[in-house]
Amino acid sequence: MAEYLVLIYGDESAMDEAAPAEMAKMMEGHRQFGQKYAAALRGGNALQASATATTIRSDGVGGSTITDGAFAETKEALGGYYLLEAPDLDVAIAMAKEIPAPNGGVEVRPIRPID
Amino acid sequence: MDASVEAAVADAHRREWAYVLAATVRVTGDIDLAEECVQDAYARALTTWPVQGVPSRPGAWLTTVARRRAIDMLRRRTTHDRVVPALAGFDDADHEPADHGGVIADDRLRLIFTCCHPALAPESQVALTLRLICGLTTSEVARMFLVPEATMAARITRAKKKIATARIPYRVPGPDELPDRIDAVLTVVHLVFTTGHTAPQGAELVRTDLVERALHLARMLRSLLPDEPDVAGLLALILLTDARLPARTAEDGTLALLADQDRSRWDADKIAEGLRLVREALERRPPGRFALMAAIAAVHAEAPTWSATDWAELVGLYDLLVTIWPSPVVSLNRAVAIGLAEGPEAGLAALDALAGEPQLAAYGYLASARADFLRRLGRVDEAADAYRQALAVTENAVEAGFLSARLAEADHDLRSAP
Repeated sequence: MAEYLVLIYGDESAMDEAAPAEMAKMMEGHRQFGQKYAAALRGGNALQASATATTIRSDGVGGSTITDGAFAETKEALGGYYLLEAPDLDVAIAMAKEIPAPNGGVEVRPIRPID
Repeated sequence: MDASVEAAVADAHRREWAYVLAATVRVTGDIDLAEECVQDAYARALTTWPVQGVPSRPGAWLTTVARRRAIDMLRRRTTHDRVVPALAGFDDADHEPADHGGVIADDRLRLIFTCCHPALAPESQVALTLRLICGLTTSEVARMFLVPEATMAARITRAKKKIATARIPYRVPGPDELPDRIDAVLTVVHLVFTTGHTAPQGAELVRTDLVERALHLARMLRSLLPDEPDVAGLLALILLTDARLPARTAEDGTLALLADQDRSRWDADKIAEGLRLVREALERRPPGRFALMAAIAAVHAEAPTWSATDWAELVGLYDLLVTIWPSPVVSLNRAVAIGLAEGPEAGLAALDALAGEPQLAAYGYLASARADFLRRLGRVDEAADAYRQALAVTENAVEAGFLSARLAEADHDLRSAP
């Protein structure tokens, strides 16, 4: 078994403008996903908008600088994640395909075990 | 060394590499280790076969030797050595790959589906397929794609690392995924073929090394997936297209277009085999992408001359193809067929509808097709311009030579015009 972090990316402005019915449909999608794969899910959360993010970068001389905003400014921002367990990438991809990501998509990253 | 033994080893390398490697991966659960053991087995064959004679089943002999070596090396390995995780998809208990039901799983198929997994970049899929399925060395693959060996080595290493760490499984996909995954495999083989058939760069029009590898891969797939119409379609497409090879270049090395080819020089055996396969591929409704492309090649193969080609049939086939495989290049070929079925005016109109396609901007065929229709309409001035545009984007020396000759004709017509 291996663990995968599934990062959910989407266009935040499209999300802001989404009709209540669309939002409800997406939330229902997540609820169903959580229920169907309860046994494989190791965690997951939705994130607040990237406008609330704070980035801390090492300045290379022992200190750090703090700035407003996400680490990388992109049109499609990280909006949530799931941590899931799967025997292989095909199974992880099959699960990830069912995650609602109407204005973007998801990225599947294997967790690197540290021993 | 006895030349016949050397030839037998080379032949076993070409025919059996995938079989031996795939069977060995089953023992090691690790592609790198399996490759090393298989290379050892071929080296052993070179020293053993001259003494003991060539075995009646070379593939079985090589597999036994490679597997024995693998078991030996695995025993000597401590758990500490195992930095790379084992390939995913094995049942841990006995290293028996766990496939979904319903598909006959040859080990070679598992290896092919792993190499052509959509989670790998297309260029990595091609590189892995040539290296692991065809048994080419990294430097041979690098030469085929005209990239430095170090670049190709890094590409292959990165892809293998992803297979292991992201756990891309060593498995034949289940029935739900199978059609898409077969299409991915066929796409890789088709890419190897097209890269060889019209070499994108360089002095020669055709790279026979790549064409032969593509044909070998398509035949292997055909034997492993005999009931898949699109596999039959791809093999037919390769055979029917490659059958024209002897007529594609004139003796002085210049390009002969389909229109001007001496059809008696086409390979009749390849055409006969291709036509049989096309009929089989078209039995599935609706026909798939490769079946349709093969049917298009079949229309040309069956036409006794260029002027006797059934252009209306071709337009119909392109219409079907463009609905299942919408691509600017397919639309371009469709436009050319329309021009030949209904006249240069109609063809030019269909071509001009594609003028804004960004994908065609760097593609010389749009400009050269326009040039050809313009020339037929007597618009020599515009034809010359279009030939110049086509010349500006082609990187193949033989194609460039052809276009220059046409441009010279157009310029000559222009000067001699009243």
